[in-house]
Amino acid sequence: MMVTGVTKRISSIKFAHLSPDEIRKMSATKIITADTYDDDGFPIDMGLMDPHLGVIEPGLRCKTCGKKVDECPGHFGHIDLAMPVIHVGYVKEIKRLLQSTCRSCGRLLLTGEQAEEYRKQRDKMEEFGADSTDTGNVAKETARDAAARTTCPHCSTVQLKITLDKPTTFREEGHKLTPKEVRERLERIPDADMISLGMDPTVSRPEWMVLTALPVPPVTVRPSITLDSGDRSEDDVTHKLVDVLRINQRLRENRDAGAPQLIVEDLWELLQYHVTTYFDNQTSGIPPARHRSGRPLKTLVQRLKGKEGRFRSNLSGKRVNFSARTVISPDPMLSINEVGVPVEAARELSVPIHVTERNLEKAKEICKRGPIPAGPVYQPGVNYVIRSDGRRIKVTDKNAETVAETVEPGYVVERHLMDGDIVLFNRQPSLHRMSIMAHEVRVMPYKTFRFNLCVCPPYNADFDGDEMNLHVLQSEEARAEAKVLMRVQEHILSPRMGAPVIGAIHDHITGAFLLTFKDSKFTREETLRIVEKVGEVTLPKPKVIGGVEYWTGKQLFGLILPPGLHMTFKSSICQKCQTCLKEKCEHDGFVVIRHGKLITGTIDEKAIGAFKGKIVDKLARDYGPDIARHFIDRATKLAIGAIMIRGFTTGIDDEDIPDQAKREIDDAMTQATLKVEEHVQAYRRGELEQMPGRSLEETLEVEIMKVLGKARDTAGQIAGRHLGLENSAVIMARSGARGSMLNLSQMAGAIGQQAVRGERLSRGYWNRTLPHFQKGDLGSEARGFVRNCYKSGLTPTEYFFHSMGGREGLVDTAVRTSRSGYMQRRLINALEDLKVMPDGSVRNTAGTIIQFTYGEDGIDPMRSVGGDAVDVDDIILAVLGDQGELIAKVQEKGALSYGIQDRDLMETPTDEGGETEQEEPEFEGGGAGEEQ
Amino acid sequence: MPEELNVLEHELVPEHHLLSEKDAEKVLKGLKLTKDQLPKIRLGDPAVRVLDAIAGPVEEGMMVKIVRKSSTSGVSVCYRLVIRG
Repeated sequence: MMVTGVTKRISSIKFAHLSPDEIRKMSATKIITADTYDDDGFPIDMGLMDPHLGVIEPGLRCKTCGKKVDECPGHFGHIDLAMPVIHVGYVKEIKRLLQSTCRSCGRLLLTGEQAEEYRKQRDKMEEFGADSTDTGNVAKETARDAAARTTCPHCSTVQLKITLDKPTTFREEGHKLTPKEVRERLERIPDADMISLGMDPTVSRPEWMVLTALPVPPVTVRPSITLDSGDRSEDDVTHKLVDVLRINQRLRENRDAGAPQLIVEDLWELLQYHVTTYFDNQTSGIPPARHRSGRPLKTLVQRLKGKEGRFRSNLSGKRVNFSARTVISPDPMLSINEVGVPVEAARELSVPIHVTERNLEKAKEICKRGPIPAGPVYQPGVNYVIRSDGRRIKVTDKNAETVAETVEPGYVVERHLMDGDIVLFNRQPSLHRMSIMAHEVRVMPYKTFRFNLCVCPPYNADFDGDEMNLHVLQSEEARAEAKVLMRVQEHILSPRMGAPVIGAIHDHITGAFLLTFKDSKFTREETLRIVEKVGEVTLPKPKVIGGVEYWTGKQLFGLILPPGLHMTFKSSICQKCQTCLKEKCEHDGFVVIRHGKLITGTIDEKAIGAFKGKIVDKLARDYGPDIARHFIDRATKLAIGAIMIRGFTTGIDDEDIPDQAKREIDDAMTQATLKVEEHVQAYRRGELEQMPGRSLEETLEVEIMKVLGKARDTAGQIAGRHLGLENSAVIMARSGARGSMLNLSQMAGAIGQQAVRGERLSRGYWNRTLPHFQKGDLGSEARGFVRNCYKSGLTPTEYFFHSMGGREGLVDTAVRTSRSGYMQRRLINALEDLKVMPDGSVRNTAGTIIQFTYGEDGIDPMRSVGGDAVDVDDIILAVLGDQGELIAKVQEKGALSYGIQDRDLMETPTDEGGETEQEEPEFEGGGAGEEQ
Repeated sequence: MPEELNVLEHELVPEHHLLSEKDAEKVLKGLKLTKDQLPKIRLGDPAVRVLDAIAGPVEEGMMVKIVRKSSTSGVSVCYRLVIRG
């Protein structure tokens, strides 16, 4: 049943042409009639459905091999063509051969020495590892050189110019060459010259590229289907073959009857058309053959080509068993390593238990439970049992007991999924390796797959209707391998940038912020409510204020940190003050962790967030995936505990600002408008001072953009003065949970200038954007400046301008995603078989070197620190310990000496990658709500 | 006649060195490679043409050592086999 080991090894594959003799030799029957079935519905002998060509109906036996359906592979037949026709797939080659050989003696149009020269060249190239593309190029060069000759060096015949009239007509100085003549010429080319032209004459001759016999594929390749009405419907390929046969028949009759040359030629050309479209129905230059309904036929090439073709959809991509797909939803109580699987799915998916003496009792017990075990707690049952002889027995409630009795070593029991099973979990598009990770199963009620929110970033998942796939591994090796290499905890660090991809998002960050910001404190009851979710911990000594016991949030966060952890960094809320006050930071933005305790600072995106979380990064790197996973699991629970105690919401009134501020903003806007008007007037009077390298108009635009840009910032600042950290929206923006201060200032202050292609709006009507304005108006309102904020609402013209700006963004992302997708496909196809060898070099399957050392430094980016091999600062901190002053000095010195480094030109300044990605509107199936 | 441009002097072109037969052998032995596994460089490559002028005739089958600045490792060395063309 199962094949173990290699039975036969393929050492090489050789491609050659089928000769007419071979076509006839491998043919099971010659096909002569275009009819398929007789009146009784039986296939006609020597017709296209001849029973010698294989069986498609169950119960019948093949007349050639005697086997039944699914056993008989099908057998080829053949059609003898009345007149030869050109194979469309080879017109290019035929053209090259005709042009590079003599029209009378058939020899290559090069002297013996020249041909020898080319042959030598090719041998040398092969010695230095050239492949068939390279040698093919030499052959092409040989042909080009030969085609340039006007007289044959061997028989001195003057050569005529041969042109190709697409798709299949050859002309010699205007005179048409029939396929017969073409074939005769190709026949004359001697074997010795074929080698120079890049063909191996021992396996294929050029004249075989002009067909005299056409292979007819087996019926299994083109099965006919019986409709409900009892009518038969034939495959497109069969239809095409019928056409070929019919014309072939008429051509033969006419030719044999001695019909006029004109009629024979017309039929010959018709035959050529049918044979051409039989191969490729999208040949340019000829109309595609159509079905009676008008739909173009799907012939041989169409079956193979493109996304729906045999290669991409049936060979590279296949449908599989032991998989499930459903909607996903979040569950913060699960570990990042786990996935919640609905009971219904778990009862359908199975894991094979190979029964041995040692697990016999266990297997029997599970088997006894049948397909739907009773009881309040989920227990795995059995759907099928496979006997030692390979027979599959369906287990039902009734036969469960008896089947269980028969189970013995050698049997395979297909057990339901149960807690702890290793499965693969995937979300499309699978763009990187973190798109498929191994999870541990937790069987749960309800009908969705569930997982920890921290795992959303690597899958790029959200819960607006996304679905994901789950695959159950079927062998011990696969499970072991997946557990070691593919488990979620092994992918906390991303190979893309050497930083964590798994970490807190959205309200986890808000929760951590609320827990640790400044001196937040919790009563005993609150503390216990938070901590009970985390699991077993020892609470530190509470602070007593006014006789009441309080625990600070910083104390609680310290509970989940490893005891020996030392860290110092700036958090997201850091204001980037001129002189940093360090531990005494008035915004609590300087995080200090000593001996696993949070001394100062707020935990937010920079500490535990996905992509940026420094603590997650450090734990994963220095303490290993187990501890990092444990930390993330507990941090999740702590954060949601905290946010649930305090309660958190945001609404439109978070953007409320006092009337006084509104007036201030309005004044600022009016001033800006006036200032723009001033600039315009200055420009009109010709008083505007031209900027170097810019025209007067450009100067004006730059000045105006400057003024308006500043105006929006002032509006933002005025609004910002009234939006403090007691405001939920501000907490989210500042802690890095969601949104930015720019978003807020657009909601509360002013939206600002709208732009298309980086310029103020200018197109629409003649010399104006909308008919509401004067022609040639260059003022702020007329060119897309929005002085209102989202809260106060936009004027009709502003709304229109805003839509213009918004539309450009949408079009850009749509274009970008499709283009980058195609680019990625091409890259994958080019790089898929490269690998890093034990010596550190990157090689392809042929063993040739692509890169002498991987990445030129041999560094695994996943184990790098943001791309660098070593994190010097971290080592200094580790060696010098708690001497903050000293570190600062060393760092300053370091910045001076290494700061101006000789950097590669290819390196572009990287702005923080995660941010831009997050802000883009997403275009996915299922996603109903738009964000922001 | 204007002096021909020496591409090797341009700051964007990495250093190219022609290897002697002996050195080439040593390199191949050190890397446990055969010539056909090396990346290639064409005889007509501008850098090779300059090498041909300054370091003696370059022929098919010879090896070129290229030392380039690297953003990851500072300096990286690689070797190429000269081929026709």
